[in-house]
Amino acid sequence: MDLRFGDSKPTDEERDAVDALLGPPESAWEGADDRSDADLRWARGGRAARERRDLLLPGLHALNDRVGWISEGGLDYLCRRLTVPPAEAYGVATFYSMFSVKPRARTVVRVCTDLACAVRGAGALCDGVEAELGSAEGVEVERSPCLGVCERAPAVLVVRAGVPAGGSPSPPLPETGAPPQTPYRPERPRPQTPDGLDPRRGGWVSAPPAFEERGSGGRAPSFGKGWAWGLPAGPLAEPPPAQAVPQAGSPDLILLRRIGVVDPYSLDDYRAHNGYTALRRAFALGPAAVIREVTDAGLVGRGGAAFPTGRKWQATASQPDHPHYLVCNADESEPGTFKDRVLMEGDPYALIESMTIAAYAVGARHGYLYLRGEYPRALRTLEHAIGQARARGLLGDDILGQGFSFDIEIRRGAGAYICGEETALFNSIEGYRGEPRSKPPFPVEKGLFGKPTAENNVETLVNVLPILTMGAAAYAAIGTPKSTGPKLFCVSGAVARPGLYELPFGATLGDLLGLAGTPDNLRAILLGGAAGGFVRPDELDIPLTFEGTREAGTTLGSGVVLAIDDSVPLPRLLLRVAEFFRDESCGQCVPCRVGTVRQEEALHRIADRTGPAAASDIALLRDIGQAMRDASICGLGQTAWNAVESAIDRLGAYE
Amino acid sequence: MTAIPLQPPRRLVEFTLDGEPVRVPEGGTVLDACRAAGKDVPTLCEGDTLAPKNACRVCVVEVEGARTLAPACSRRAEPGMAVRTDTERTRHSRRLVLELLASSVDLTTTPRVAEWLKEYEAKPDRFGPDAARLNESPKVDNDLYVRDYDKCILCYKCVDACGEQWQNSFAISVVGRGFDARIAVEHDAPLTDSACVYCGNCVEVCPTGALSFKSEFDMRAAGTWDEAAQTETTTVCAYCGVGCNLTLHVQDNEIVKVTSPHDSPVTHGNLCIKGRFGYQHVQNRD
Repeated sequence: MDLRFGDSKPTDEERDAVDALLGPPESAWEGADDRSDADLRWARGGRAARERRDLLLPGLHALNDRVGWISEGGLDYLCRRLTVPPAEAYGVATFYSMFSVKPRARTVVRVCTDLACAVRGAGALCDGVEAELGSAEGVEVERSPCLGVCERAPAVLVVRAGVPAGGSPSPPLPETGAPPQTPYRPERPRPQTPDGLDPRRGGWVSAPPAFEERGSGGRAPSFGKGWAWGLPAGPLAEPPPAQAVPQAGSPDLILLRRIGVVDPYSLDDYRAHNGYTALRRAFALGPAAVIREVTDAGLVGRGGAAFPTGRKWQATASQPDHPHYLVCNADESEPGTFKDRVLMEGDPYALIESMTIAAYAVGARHGYLYLRGEYPRALRTLEHAIGQARARGLLGDDILGQGFSFDIEIRRGAGAYICGEETALFNSIEGYRGEPRSKPPFPVEKGLFGKPTAENNVETLVNVLPILTMGAAAYAAIGTPKSTGPKLFCVSGAVARPGLYELPFGATLGDLLGLAGTPDNLRAILLGGAAGGFVRPDELDIPLTFEGTREAGTTLGSGVVLAIDDSVPLPRLLLRVAEFFRDESCGQCVPCRVGTVRQEEALHRIADRTGPAAASDIALLRDIGQAMRDASICGLGQTAWNAVESAIDRLGAYE
Repeated sequence: MTAIPLQPPRRLVEFTLDGEPVRVPEGGTVLDACRAAGKDVPTLCEGDTLAPKNACRVCVVEVEGARTLAPACSRRAEPGMAVRTDTERTRHSRRLVLELLASSVDLTTTPRVAEWLKEYEAKPDRFGPDAARLNESPKVDNDLYVRDYDKCILCYKCVDACGEQWQNSFAISVVGRGFDARIAVEHDAPLTDSACVYCGNCVEVCPTGALSFKSEFDMRAAGTWDEAAQTETTTVCAYCGVGCNLTLHVQDNEIVKVTSPHDSPVTHGNLCIKGRFGYQHVQNRD
């Protein structure tokens, strides 16, 4: 490609950040300052140049992490390094909400204003933070969609740009085979990982920024004049992951049984608690039998679409085209969902083991873990865990001496709900705008890099471990005949004990809310997040199964159960849902791009109206909703009207 | 030697379209079948020289057994599928797509859209006077063509034509997200600071007139643009030996626009800056 790059130069800091990811430039053609005679005989073109496109997103992260925004010079330098057209890179950079192409303060405070936080006083928190820090030097306050720490709502994420802790570029830590001898402590400094700093290996992870998240944990905090936010200099102590699991330690748990019991930074601890027995069983069975077990167990996807996992694996494994890829979708962004985060923070090796099993079954040697950009702690635990697994021969060549090689790369998202859509996620990894592709062809046939790909949600993958350790029949005996196994539920909002709950399929909504402590003034329950639907407090006997919720005319979605009391007016919550979809629409297709805007406008008009005064706008909403559901390219547009519709029809929101 | 490259014979795929059996060559789309059967399905983002992007969703049809509607322009024909083009659902979605576009974008220069708005009984005004619009003003930053993004429906055709499907200049991209997404060059710079080579192949494929020759833009502004009074003459470009077909659009004995036939095996509708914009010497009467 004969590309034109601008004349703007990167600052030393920006150059340093990009070089830390990609290594120093080989030639002036790639952005080195001094030309040499060797440059006259240097060429990198065609495939060799183009196939580095997937490093664009990590490169943008590197710039944004270091200086807090992406400048012209920085972007042009990155484009030169990767042979990416600057216009396209600019299109990618402006796609993600965590990036800014305008100068921005080094510290960004992102205050969640989404549903679970709104029910727990996010409005007051947001006003308070804006009043305290709005005019502070070097700090910017942004309102943010769901940060995925709903159990500690209202939530705030502080993102600080700068040199990663420990200095950069720092020498990679030597990889040692010795197990870490540190005792379990809930919170410790971020472990240094070699992955992000060594461009020779697979792990192209940009150095994570020194950032920290914080939930105030209290209900409706008050912000008096004397309240000083006082951003701490170093990472804040975060409560341990187990605090998100009220049932932690209970012997009945299957998926969550190690959370709070094992040290997420210790591979030995994981192995001492039954870790890697499922992988050994998988190797004993062989790939075809693993797929059969998963199929017989009746496992279906837990991300929301409930597609049979065994069928997906079988379809991928049988594709003649190679290589096959495995992708773990850890971009959970559905408002109210935090199950994957808790799993990754509290039991990271379980995900690595199950990804290895999945890769073995579908014949993939390379796995991508696409992690939500807003999950710094999950990034730390996973990076550490992947490093340890590599060092101990549980990732890499010849795993457990079985001749099977597999490795995992983490890719960080950058703030785009749409990237949780399976094909949008592929585009995001490949370095394109995270816009969904049209299907067919389906990912099992043409997925990541156009190759057969099995993509599974974190919770789905983690279910593979009990299937293999207890056997398909025993697993299938849990739950109901059509929804087998245990299920995680993210309970948030107006309940006494918000958190991640594990129940066998078949428990009712009332059972679950009983565990979490229902308030007296329960007004509604949102099932499945913003793309889900509301149900009434008198419908607590709905069985929490795929078929049970479908029969009741609602959805289980990703397992969100958000209790809403009468402290926040319903129309305001609906408006927030509509704003969310308007913000998160990728803009590719007309029904969703304009429809979500018109939906929000209509909800604004009827925010204070009921009955006949709202009737014409409700009819308009139905028209728009039907077109979005029928004609949008992907699930985002197709479900953007679900929650609003259910609030109108089921709750009588405007009657 | 034949000018039309011959392809190996393709198997025919048979399916039913509105209850009638139809056959299209393997790999053909539902839209191909509709057109062969003489059914008028509206299209905006579909282009005869480009791979379908199916972003506008105005061509949706109902495929039996599918949960959602399918874009006719990109859904490949499968044996035995049953497709309906004119159901209540398809009419509803098409009407809404037209209403959503017409209420946010200036469609005054989009061919056939007025006819479709009427056919589908679309009422773009019903979203109220405060409905958000794109509110862009024309970008006039060079002497050759104008970018009036108030008329842009974000069909991606210009991006595809500028990028890997034809020109490989990669000067433009979709920038931003959702309703705020726009077509732009890097850093939102003027065209003169971009990788644009002024081939005008984006103008050629633009379905709404958002991209237009400066001559057309100026004449429209002056009220002198009159397509009925124009003649079109297809000739061969005299600049180099490639032999591109040019279609000269002439009004009042002045060349006002240059296009290229999309079925030309040499150009497929594409030209370079010389063929597209280098016609002034023809009109130099001094």
